[in-house]
Amino acid sequence: MSKPKIAIFDFACCEGCQLQIVNLEEEILDLLGAADVVEWREAMSEKSDEYDIAIIEGSITRPEDEERLKKIRSRAKVLIALGACATIGGVNKLKNKFELDEVKECVYGKDAGKPHLDTALTKAADEVVTVDFKIHGCPIDRKEFTYIVRSLLLGKTPEIPDYPICVECKAKGNPCLWEYGQVCLGPIIRAGCGARCPSSGFRCFGCRGYVSNPNVDAAKDVIEKYNLSVDDLKTKMVLFGSTQEPTL
Amino acid sequence: MSKNLNIHVEHVTRVEGHGNILVNAKDGKVEKVQWQVPEAPRFFEAMVRGRSYEDIQTIVSRICGICSITHSLASTKAVENALGLEVSEQADKVRVLMHYSEQLQSHVLHVGYLAAPDFFGAPSVVPLVAKAKDVVLAVIRLHRLANEWSDLIAGRTTHPVTLIPGGLTKTPTEKQFRELQEKLKNSMADLTAVAEAVLSVAGNIPDFTRKTEYVSLKQDTPPTYTFYHGDITSDQYDGTVKINDWKTVANEYVNDQSTAKWTKWHMDSYAVGALARFNNNAELLCDPAKGVAKLFGLEKGNCNPFMNTVAQIVESVHVVQESIKLIDELLTKGLKTETVKSSPKAGKASGCVEAPRGILFHEYEFDKNGNCVAADICIPTNQNHANIQKDFEKFVPEIIDEGEDAVRLKLEMLVRSYDPCISCSTHMLDVQFV
Repeated sequence: MSKPKIAIFDFACCEGCQLQIVNLEEEILDLLGAADVVEWREAMSEKSDEYDIAIIEGSITRPEDEERLKKIRSRAKVLIALGACATIGGVNKLKNKFELDEVKECVYGKDAGKPHLDTALTKAADEVVTVDFKIHGCPIDRKEFTYIVRSLLLGKTPEIPDYPICVECKAKGNPCLWEYGQVCLGPIIRAGCGARCPSSGFRCFGCRGYVSNPNVDAAKDVIEKYNLSVDDLKTKMVLFGSTQEPTL
Repeated sequence: MSKNLNIHVEHVTRVEGHGNILVNAKDGKVEKVQWQVPEAPRFFEAMVRGRSYEDIQTIVSRICGICSITHSLASTKAVENALGLEVSEQADKVRVLMHYSEQLQSHVLHVGYLAAPDFFGAPSVVPLVAKAKDVVLAVIRLHRLANEWSDLIAGRTTHPVTLIPGGLTKTPTEKQFRELQEKLKNSMADLTAVAEAVLSVAGNIPDFTRKTEYVSLKQDTPPTYTFYHGDITSDQYDGTVKINDWKTVANEYVNDQSTAKWTKWHMDSYAVGALARFNNNAELLCDPAKGVAKLFGLEKGNCNPFMNTVAQIVESVHVVQESIKLIDELLTKGLKTETVKSSPKAGKASGCVEAPRGILFHEYEFDKNGNCVAADICIPTNQNHANIQKDFEKFVPEIIDEGEDAVRLKLEMLVRSYDPCISCSTHMLDVQFV
């Protein structure tokens, strides 16, 4: 059997998730043993139009990028969204809170009307095409990346956590950051990162997106307990642009 | 050899972000040479408006995956300057150590994975495994060490989480610092191996020079080869310019022939990055780093942009050596647990640090509730674009006889030598398409 062909494509993003793949170091060579990486612009000069698995990094912010993504989808058997920009829109979605013309003028001034500076509402990959698997996080966790890709190469369906960060944070024995006056999104955000940020003393800011059924009532109880308003929570919840609007 | 060239490289590979090269020549006469940037604009300055000063770092860190620590430090310094927050001596030193980890990570990534394949005539680092396995393994070990180092101090490899206005959420323990220091001492053998491997193919580094201006930070008290503190200087300027006055250095302008927003100070264009820092501060390097520079014949005043990659190797040695010393200083004083408190205030200020690829400016204005009302960010790659264009204009006529393939490869190598971070630069870059 020939090796499955993998291609990696980037859209609007910081390319930090691709960097996590580079950060796998020698493990990339193992991956290269099990699959053919046929296109990866950031690391290789080779290019190709034939692939089985397409990995998409970045959010979609221009009409021409929607077309490019649709073309990639039509060629790939499996499409994976890599990182918050592709899975939920990421910080790029903050732009959608403003009028687009005003956003362009704010950054480019009198040149804002030039065609190559055009921008549309930021979309996550699944707002444009069907996405088969999502590798969450900003950036992604390299172990989770390896696990998901390995599962797919073995023909298995990877299991992606659908319980909140608090589960992992409690298991690590971290003191709750709400006790230190931080508005932490742990109660409603999808686990799988090992509660990395709260473990370093920094609030969860939601880069892995909401769990599929966030316990909003419990989140409200937490807010009340710490004498904060729903608005305090909402200002933190928009940072990574989950496709779910704040519904508290 | 044909004197007609028609080169159009769409999306230069092995650089961070998307860039195009366009060259047209007829009968040995260059008609058009252009460096273009088609990356999707991302509008960070607009997006941070309305966000709390506490969330600025979390957002702008995402400008760049490779230099996220640098963007986080520059923005946090700007926030602290705007709100009048003081940082303790210990937190300041730990931050410098965090910053050094990113210099090593980014430099090793660029030298080993992105630039070196050109010197060895390979399309990527993968075929190099067969050609020079020991060196590739040394690169991998160094890159992993730099990442573990960032992880330890910044809480994550990419997009730090320990950095908050006024200080840090967490500082490593004495034991963790000692272990890191041991690893840094042991890494010198790998750094030497990488330097020697690049030296063995240094004959493939193109011999091209163009006099230009070099802009970087400069720190006089105490005299330091600085990435983090100090004011702005250049090799064409005797004094220094205060960070808050960075716009008098960048002088962003729209060019007549192209609408690209470029920067210039005393000359037509200026360069930033490892070579600029070296040209302004080389005498302040530690001895082992000076030794590496000497091996390559790299001296102050070097105007060959391809030598930027060599300057990165020199700096890699320097940051490892300085970090070993810095850990001693921290531990001799004794680590303290520090609590950081900040409160909102109106204010406007800038923050500046050296990204691995050159000097970086962030500026923010906050209202009395600490919410951002305006932002301005000036990225190193953006400051290098005009310089790359000017290099192209001088370089192409010099190599036109070598044929299309050689010209294409050398121009790609030239772009890569600047270690461009195009995702970063496009939030305010303006390029004409033909």
